[in-house]
Amino acid sequence: MIVFIARRLVISFFVLLAATVIMFVLTALSGDPLEDLRQDNSPNRAAKIADRTERMQLDDPIPVRYLSWLGNVVRGDLGVNRDGHDVAIILGDALSATLQLVVAATVMAIIIGIVIGIVSALRQYSGFDYTVTFAAFICFSLPLFWVAVMLKQYMAIEFNNWLKDPSIPPTVIGALALLGGLVFGALTAGDRKRRLLSFAVGFAVTAALFTLLSVTRWFADPGFGLPLILAISLAAAVGFTVLSAGLNPRGPLYAALGAAVLGALASEVLRSVLADPTWLEIIGLALVTVAVCAGLGYALGGLQRRQAITAAVLTGLFTGGVIFVDRMLQAFNGYSAAVRGRPISTIGARTPNFEGDFWQMNLDSASHLLLPSMALILISLATYTRYSRASMLEVMNQDYVRTARAKGLPERTVVVKHAFRNGLIPITTLMAVDFAGVIGGAVVTETVFGWEGMGKMFITALHDVDPTPVMAFFIVTGTAIVVFNMIADILYAYLDPRIRLS
Amino acid sequence: MTLNAQAKGPGASADSQGMTIVARTQGQMVRRRFFRHRAALAGMLVFGFVIVLAFSSIGFAGIPGWWDKSYLDTGSLVNQGRPTLSVVPGFLGGEGFRFGEHPFGQDDLGIDYFALTMRGAQQSLIVALIVGVVATTVGTVVGAVAGYFRKGAEAVLMRLTDVMITIPVLIIAAVVGQMTGKSGAVALGIFLGLVLWPTLGRLVRGEFLSLREKEFVEAARAAGTSAKRIIFRHILPNTVGVIIVAATLSVANAVLLESALSFLGFGIQPPDTSLGQLINRYRSAMTVRPWLFWWPGIFIIAIALSINFIGDGLRDAFDPRQTRVRA
Repeated sequence: MIVFIARRLVISFFVLLAATVIMFVLTALSGDPLEDLRQDNSPNRAAKIADRTERMQLDDPIPVRYLSWLGNVVRGDLGVNRDGHDVAIILGDALSATLQLVVAATVMAIIIGIVIGIVSALRQYSGFDYTVTFAAFICFSLPLFWVAVMLKQYMAIEFNNWLKDPSIPPTVIGALALLGGLVFGALTAGDRKRRLLSFAVGFAVTAALFTLLSVTRWFADPGFGLPLILAISLAAAVGFTVLSAGLNPRGPLYAALGAAVLGALASEVLRSVLADPTWLEIIGLALVTVAVCAGLGYALGGLQRRQAITAAVLTGLFTGGVIFVDRMLQAFNGYSAAVRGRPISTIGARTPNFEGDFWQMNLDSASHLLLPSMALILISLATYTRYSRASMLEVMNQDYVRTARAKGLPERTVVVKHAFRNGLIPITTLMAVDFAGVIGGAVVTETVFGWEGMGKMFITALHDVDPTPVMAFFIVTGTAIVVFNMIADILYAYLDPRIRLS
Repeated sequence: MTLNAQAKGPGASADSQGMTIVARTQGQMVRRRFFRHRAALAGMLVFGFVIVLAFSSIGFAGIPGWWDKSYLDTGSLVNQGRPTLSVVPGFLGGEGFRFGEHPFGQDDLGIDYFALTMRGAQQSLIVALIVGVVATTVGTVVGAVAGYFRKGAEAVLMRLTDVMITIPVLIIAAVVGQMTGKSGAVALGIFLGLVLWPTLGRLVRGEFLSLREKEFVEAARAAGTSAKRIIFRHILPNTVGVIIVAATLSVANAVLLESALSFLGFGIQPPDTSLGQLINRYRSAMTVRPWLFWWPGIFIIAIALSINFIGDGLRDAFDPRQTRVRA
């Protein structure tokens, strides 16, 4: 293992070194760094040109410039850009902005994508499967920048207009209900009668939900309230229990339900703490939740102690998340008034000069993150869906899955324990590689949404034909790719003992 | 006699039920499977239609087309430049099918947007097809040489692909685009192809690595066949499916890549145009003139989607394990 890592690191170092040569030379050759100054009419033009020429060493040939850049990097100095700003500082800011943007979006895309992929694999050749396949093809063919501009127009500008009078017209409710019904119907296995029934149920539930939202003008003053929090977390408790332990025997179910109830009650008890907390307090609360839920699972789990603990902890954290979202939604009115009734924003990472309490500040970043995240999720969702579907289908045809069925194990155990775990192995590789790419920033998304991240930094530097920021960008992304690829290989060998590292 | 009749029996009855087995060549089987793939067929029709429309309407390389307006001439705005295309037939409350004066509308300078979009589609298609051809040719040759001869060639290819893989595609493409975008679509396509071949090269190398150990290659080698002949006549025909599928998908990716580059300002430079550049140029017009934004996007999606479906159909058609046709 150590030999493998060491060898990989040495090879990767030389590969990266070669890549920096290519990047540096290409960037330096890609245009004229003095172009904007040549068209400048100010009297001190010659001085400016001389200044920049000296700073960028334009009189030296490119190999000399590369070597002097390399020498500085080895000494830990990333250099200055063509205007004399320290690249290390620019890079730090850009990296933190990018991580803020892409980490959440990637995690969401992975979770949603894997769930959809698995469901469509389990329902192979159903209406749902065909729809997902078709949708994935469309996602593969969508130009990201086009989607992003559309999102800006319809999810921000029009949505903000609509929020002034948030009532949903009946035709829209009808369309949404039809969609809900189709999803329900397509997901149901069985004969036509059952499918029609679940279509009707889905239709009715969706229609009722949106009518209720429209009539109570929920969007004008959103929030859940205690009963709804309780209902959502109880449903989640049942869901997590079904996934992790099954409903029989009852131990794990009671543990998860207990976690849900305790969580909902805690939101009332802790009202004063939750009024304006700090991140430290939130993390502390999360840790307490994990401890309490683990205790619950341990006490009530019986023979299925481990599964009970998993179910209870997941339920507890989920309930905490619901409460968090609820508090944020309750801050909506104050926030909406502060930004003149246009809560969904299209540019940047935060509203300039905006000050508010904890929830409002979070809502502010959330509303800025919403659209770029949606664009990113939409694009990477398709890949995860396709991969997890393919990998799940492959696994479901394996002999050990047939053996598990033949032993008479319940379908839940077969899918979750035997198929899902093995199906995830190839996807972990994809995830690791994807995370590496993500650090390079979503170049296009950042451009459309005015996000000052890595991608924007690269684009600006390339437009300026300025190698130092481009190279700083490349050192970070290239290292990330190399390291994450190695992590992917190690993970793969760890998860699948048939594979040996060499 | 009886034996003969018995042997003949089942065959004769199968014959009467129309179950005679007809020998088909590999090509025929591939074609049959491809044409049974409805999505791929639809993709092929759409793709063909877009190509014909883009190149015949405003003409290409000095040959005039059937559309009378140019993508360069400004004009007076008719009805604020709204699109005159109508496809909703009269009995549904529409105005019937008609092209009108400016089917896709006009931009703020009065340029006919149909002509402009067609020009953009031409440029994007040229770039994408050239990228496909160049990347496939280079990738196949290098992959074949590396996979067959191994040793030095393989080491060079693998280290080169290692290097290229550390540079994200969009990043290297942006740098190349900045260098060559001003020289037009053909140059951009060639240079993009020259940096995008390593993935395909790796794929071809993998195929060659497994095929070169097969018995038929060994037989050919034992018969004293030259390396060139083994590569081109014995191994390459067996990898053609993989290569065609990869090439098709690389064209779809190239369409999206080119439009993203042009959108970021690293692709085709004004005054010439491409679909991505049109979207970038008119994205601020989204609220007042949404059609300027819609048409190029629809064409990008149509091209990319149809090629993706063709690629999917080809993959199924070339895959002998595939018995059931996926949608």
